[in-house]
Amino acid sequence: MLKLDSKIPEGPIAEKWSRYKTGLRLVNPANKKKIDIIVVGTGLAGAGAASALGELGYNVKAFCFQDSPRRAHSVAAQGGTNAAKNYKNDNDSIYRLFHDMIKGGDYRAREANVYRAAEVSNDVIDHFTAMGVPFARDYGGSLDTRSFGGVQVSRTFYAKGQTGQQCLLGTYSSLSRQIGKGTVKMFPRRDMLDVVIVDGKARGIITRHLITGELERHSAHAVVLATGGYGTVFYLSTLGLGSNASAAWSAYKKGAAFANPSFIQIHPTSIPVLNDYQCKLTLMSESLRNDGRVWVPKAKGDKRHPNEIPEEERDYYLERRYPAFGNLVPRDVASRAAKERCDAGYGAGETGLSVYLDFKDAIAKQGKKAIQDKYGNLFEMYEKITGILPYNEPMRIYPAGHYTMGGLWVDYNLMTTIPGLYAIGESNFSDHGANRLGASSLMQCSGDGYFILPNTISDYLADDIRTGKIPTDLPAFEEAEKSVKERIQRIKAVKGKQTASSFHKRLGKILWDHCGMRRDEKGLKEGMVLLDKLEEEFWSDICIPGSEKDFNQELEKALKVADFFEVGRLMCEDALQREESCGAHFREEHQTETGEAKRDDANFAYVAAWEYQGPKAKPKLHKEDLKFEFVELKERSYK
Amino acid sequence: MKKPIINLSSLSQKYFMALAGMFLMLFLVSHLITNLLLLAGDGGTAFRNAVNFLTENPVIKITEYVLFAAFLVHIILGVLLQIHNYYARPVKYRTPLKTETSAFSRYMFHTGVIIFIFLVIHLVNFFFIRLGIIPVPEYAADRHDFYPIAVVLFQNPWYSLLYIVSFVFLGFHLKHAFQSAFQSLGLNHTKYTPAIKVIGTIYAIVISVGFSVIPLYFLFFHTG
Amino acid sequence: MDFTLKIWRQENASSKGSFKTYPLKDVSPEMSFLEMLDYLNNQLISKGEEPVTFEHDCREGICGTCGLYINGRPHGPARNTTTCELHMREFKDGATIVVEPWRASAFPVIKDLAVDRSSFERIMQAGGFVNVNVGTAPDANAIPIGKLIADKVFDAATCIGCGACVAACKNSSAMLFAAAKIAQYAMIPQGQVEAKERVDKMVKQMDAEGFGFCSNTYGCEFDCPKGISVDFIALMNREFFSSKVCKHKE
Repeated sequence: MLKLDSKIPEGPIAEKWSRYKTGLRLVNPANKKKIDIIVVGTGLAGAGAASALGELGYNVKAFCFQDSPRRAHSVAAQGGTNAAKNYKNDNDSIYRLFHDMIKGGDYRAREANVYRAAEVSNDVIDHFTAMGVPFARDYGGSLDTRSFGGVQVSRTFYAKGQTGQQCLLGTYSSLSRQIGKGTVKMFPRRDMLDVVIVDGKARGIITRHLITGELERHSAHAVVLATGGYGTVFYLSTLGLGSNASAAWSAYKKGAAFANPSFIQIHPTSIPVLNDYQCKLTLMSESLRNDGRVWVPKAKGDKRHPNEIPEEERDYYLERRYPAFGNLVPRDVASRAAKERCDAGYGAGETGLSVYLDFKDAIAKQGKKAIQDKYGNLFEMYEKITGILPYNEPMRIYPAGHYTMGGLWVDYNLMTTIPGLYAIGESNFSDHGANRLGASSLMQCSGDGYFILPNTISDYLADDIRTGKIPTDLPAFEEAEKSVKERIQRIKAVKGKQTASSFHKRLGKILWDHCGMRRDEKGLKEGMVLLDKLEEEFWSDICIPGSEKDFNQELEKALKVADFFEVGRLMCEDALQREESCGAHFREEHQTETGEAKRDDANFAYVAAWEYQGPKAKPKLHKEDLKFEFVELKERSYK
Repeated sequence: MKKPIINLSSLSQKYFMALAGMFLMLFLVSHLITNLLLLAGDGGTAFRNAVNFLTENPVIKITEYVLFAAFLVHIILGVLLQIHNYYARPVKYRTPLKTETSAFSRYMFHTGVIIFIFLVIHLVNFFFIRLGIIPVPEYAADRHDFYPIAVVLFQNPWYSLLYIVSFVFLGFHLKHAFQSAFQSLGLNHTKYTPAIKVIGTIYAIVISVGFSVIPLYFLFFHTG
Repeated sequence: MDFTLKIWRQENASSKGSFKTYPLKDVSPEMSFLEMLDYLNNQLISKGEEPVTFEHDCREGICGTCGLYINGRPHGPARNTTTCELHMREFKDGATIVVEPWRASAFPVIKDLAVDRSSFERIMQAGGFVNVNVGTAPDANAIPIGKLIADKVFDAATCIGCGACVAACKNSSAMLFAAAKIAQYAMIPQGQVEAKERVDKMVKQMDAEGFGFCSNTYGCEFDCPKGISVDFIALMNREFFSSKVCKHKE
């Protein structure tokens, strides 16, 4: 029987972490050498954790599906990373960052976790700078910051529009250093297909070597999942095509609770869908909303070229609806507002499914050079994809699936409900509530990996200093490998006609329409029926050419899509039970008269953690009540 | 994986290549100045004086050994580079590489080979005579008397053509070599590198035109 | 748009491989090059053939996974563009497009168009980092770095490790890759502490991987999707020289 114990320490919010840390048990340096830790995923969280644990002296085995850890999808984060440094003297503080995140997350995150994330954000910036990450600087040589959605201070550190790349490459360099030293052994090109539980503890994983197709067993005293989000469930998303839910999903099926699966951030500024063959939407950083103004024509169906639409015929709807925050409202608000305008028939472009993001005024005020310095590479990227240079005419943008606030349920130690199985970074549910504020994912991932997990994991491992190596010939490994093998054989045996991508595309469409930016009971129920039907079709008509003992990209895709059906159903299930609107989760039935989200704190101020009950069985809902001791619950207003 | 033939890092090889090349470029300047004395129209007096000075001065003598060393290093490293690079891509592209690079830089080895062939002929014609390996032709006074040898050779249109062609290729070689040497030694600067590139081009033209003028003079203007 | 594709097919590292020709109809000019290959693969799968293996992930030009040699150019005909950012509007209707994998002894072919670039990993592991442990960092603003230098450091740091520099080099040299990392750290105080050891180790590893030597043709710069300048190679040369001349004996 699953029990949720969040292990949130007592005490004043600002002292929780430091007091708690002091009480955690340690593993002495000589014993660390006897302990193996598996880290799956090498993005900011995973590579950070692997290198930090390696530095401490543990034997780390790091896994990624890419050919190199440097390609993990953290690389694509653009805008920046937050820290409460108060370098701008704008009265920023850890408390304010914490408060912004709690409010931005629409009061559906744990206070203690969020405060801790804000607390270590300063260490993250210091560490990145020391590792040589080239953040933007001003002429005096100090670090520059910019502003991001949902906040009124300037606390976002950035490296042009490539902050994620620079942070990841910094982290990759520290991981490379540990690999070179031999403390971390790197296993690239591996898909994790199952987690192995021995006597109730996570003791290993089963992987598939993507080149040889071989199934491998790896054992360790603890397993850390840093496998990212499941945003690719929508098929069209801003994520890399390889991103997937399978590792986290295998943990869920082995008993780890999955929290708030329906909380998926739809990013407001992505390049709209341009053609039917598209399999990826490219994000245009939120930072663009610092200087860009969002608008649609005032007249319905106005198909004139944007430059021909005069000022007075433009509706700057964000500035109109949210005068206090204007174009910098949080992502969920901006996305819904864009969808509202487009659904009402005011959308721009051929399809009517886009809005304008205009830099005309910013260029007039600051000069082209200044804009180029800030956003040059984003503008180039936009031009490469669309053929239009945004200096001359406004960009067209539309919301796209982006980030999953939901994920594996973890306690204050970042441990899932399976002892010894940790989840960090985007793969856990912890810090962003129902909506993530911009530039807080790099911050959270790095905080988890570098500064939090290495402390909390030692408390668990302190019991394992006498355990000795975990053998991989235990029955649990045997069984796990067998079930993986059977699953592969089963999917290969279908020998149908349709490709994994074509199923994925249809699956994504169902979820986008029924469990996307706006949800209602009828749609969600309908969606679940459609998902079931499609899943059935999948298992009778999927086509996977080639052998499973070879580099077989179609097999990889099919295994991931098979999991996405189940993920999608859980998303719908979760969205259905949450009879309120909060953050990214918007239920048509629960809105204010002006069309804003209407939260129900009395009944829904909890984390919904789902427990797997077997295939096709309805998962069991567990509730972790959220207590707000340090922040007053308010209607989230950006007006 | 192909082991490097000599135990020198890729970059060290580059430095030696560049340093040897730079020395050779200096040598070319002094050689050109000496050769231009052939055009003095004084029946070779100035040229002979210069040659005598060069063959007798002990400092120059020592420099000559350095020169041989530079040639050797430059040639050996050039050949090794070519071999090493061949093995760095054992399976070639089926479609030729269309990445834009200057032809001067692409064909350094080829122009180098042409220059090497010329160098051998040149050594046979002059240096081997000086060393006494090849008997002194009857129209020269002794084995240091290069003037009449040069006049006779240059009045042969085939030899002159070969000479000019060789120096055109040398010009190509130098066009790339000049700035390349600076790059290899890390002597690069956003301010000065553009100037180095221009100077390199001028240098390559001066050397190749400077040397080529001499056979043209003897072919068409020299009387007696 | 219609195209004739000539694509390199190779079963595995040890097999020989050859071109196969695929006519492809009704390609949209809006498609990216990889979407065009997806489109081809879907057709191949529905015909019961094995799809073309090629590597990709982010599809927005930042992860460095994709990389094809298209009509004689790494990442194809457009400059400062990765293969995934290349769009079919760059090609003429009816054209023949020849696609090969990167070719270098340090990048052995795995299958079809996928190559093994782990040699880059080992170069990085040899010294592509600052030796700093978690917890030892001073305040981020403790060491000022001028904006001009910081911008230059950023330019070097934008390398995505795709390997186009090697593919574009007639010598298969990895100098631009190594130089970008070496230069990034050599230009900032945090990295200067161990700059000499770093350049020494990274160059040694690069040589050991069997990359070709540099002959300054600058093809790498021309085809680098991030436009990284060969000035950084000069900087690496300078660093290596000073390492050889000035480094103390251990």
